[in-house]
Amino acid sequence: MTRIKFKLQGFPQIKEGKLDLDNSQVILNGQNYSINQLTFDNPISGTLYGTVLNYKGEYELLKPEMDEKPYQKPPEAPVLYIKPVNTFSSHQKPIPLPEGEEQVQIGAALGLVIGQTATKVKAEDALDYIEGYTVVNDVSLPFASVYRPAIKQKARDGFCPIGPWIVKRDEIKDPHQLTTKVWVNGELKQENNTNNLIRTIPELLEDVTEFMTLYEGDVLLVGVPEHQPYARLGDRVKIEVEHVGFLEHDVVKESDVYTREVSADEVR
Amino acid sequence: MKYGRVMYESRVHDVVEVDGKVQLRDGRLLDEQEVEWLAPVEPQTIFTLGLNYADHAKELSFTSPLPEPLVFFKGKNTVNGHLGKTVRPNDVEFMHYECELAVVIGKSAKNVNKEDALDYVKGYTIANDYAIRDYLENYFRPNLRVKNRDGCTPVGPWMVEKDDIDDPMNLQLRTFVNGQKTQEGSTKDMILGVAELIEYLSSFMTLNEGDLILTGTPKGSVDTKVGDEVVTEVEGIGRLVNTIVGE
Repeated sequence: MTRIKFKLQGFPQIKEGKLDLDNSQVILNGQNYSINQLTFDNPISGTLYGTVLNYKGEYELLKPEMDEKPYQKPPEAPVLYIKPVNTFSSHQKPIPLPEGEEQVQIGAALGLVIGQTATKVKAEDALDYIEGYTVVNDVSLPFASVYRPAIKQKARDGFCPIGPWIVKRDEIKDPHQLTTKVWVNGELKQENNTNNLIRTIPELLEDVTEFMTLYEGDVLLVGVPEHQPYARLGDRVKIEVEHVGFLEHDVVKESDVYTREVSADEVR
Repeated sequence: MKYGRVMYESRVHDVVEVDGKVQLRDGRLLDEQEVEWLAPVEPQTIFTLGLNYADHAKELSFTSPLPEPLVFFKGKNTVNGHLGKTVRPNDVEFMHYECELAVVIGKSAKNVNKEDALDYVKGYTIANDYAIRDYLENYFRPNLRVKNRDGCTPVGPWMVEKDDIDDPMNLQLRTFVNGQKTQEGSTKDMILGVAELIEYLSSFMTLNEGDLILTGTPKGSVDTKVGDEVVTEVEGIGRLVNTIVGE
């Protein structure tokens, strides 16, 4: 049984409960619920920072270009970006496909949820600053270059589902041994593992907080594995981070995001 | 009307400007030195434009126009207030200010045409978007180590209501370091103006009330040292004072 924190839609207070992933159960106030019975809201409140080029395979793919224009040399500091608040979304909310676009890229990321103000932390203390872990789907339109910030590709409305819950830090024995998976329409499209990170989680936190403060409620993604799967209109996407959780979404037209399907019962 | 936010007697106050003084909502008038200044708004998203003045782009040896506007975001850790202090790391050679007109968004904006864009503006303020060029790398450039440092973006002191600015595209920008003028330009030289920026950004994402757009800086960025007083001015909006301190 895993201790979790989460938010349910329509209930602004954070809930504390337990998770039984093997049996798809959440226990809240002593009562068991099937995960599918609950409507989870985004559990985080702060700024969300992402990291690129922190999976070995992703780094290797770009490495041959790193000494050429426009990059000139390999990166030194962690390469970060911000997913602004308009991108935030939650479990089971549709991923909007912008008009005129054919497909989106799915980014299966482990998110570190910060538990206390972290400025210039040392790697050996870094885990103390993590409250827990969550699953983040860093959705993006395809982009070829990481020379300029990929705002137009990454900052679209609804392009950052987060959740469904935050697993408390100590529930995860080794955050560097977590398999990440992506399925599209039930077919496994990508599998990787956080043991492929270049900067480990403590190293990443040390190098990031050397120049910027992370606050309670902020989230830092450890990276997104290479060969991100594509999803198209009508596809059902599932991403999973082992022992942490999973997020599921349909890809819908941007104009259909705010409406929900009405069941036959309601029509009657 | 000019609006601000300050700390005074251990509380946060919304204030207005009256005869060059700071007026609390209970009517008390204070000097600007008596309060601790916060940024006048608390944006959810801070947009920043790079290379949005032709002369500055040339100064940085960018000769051809960009295929897309250069936009990046800032976290809340970067925000600093009027009369605040900004840290210059010990080991750097080139840390420069950037005087910018900052636009405060007044209501949720998506797919807005430039003709209507100014309806979505609540007001204007000043930002000083410091950069530490030593840390520039060519990955998501300008990278966060250059542009997302704690307290490296003073904002304020006041937000001036939109209706008090006749033409946001014809405002003088000036920076003074220790009283000496080092930067001068005009918002009329922006590549994408305020209305075009709102049209562009809202074409692919939703802007929120209170969001801040830093519209870029003209040429004239020079190095600043520990102890320097840097004053960034925008005509009709005010003067934003910051002091560089060591680690």
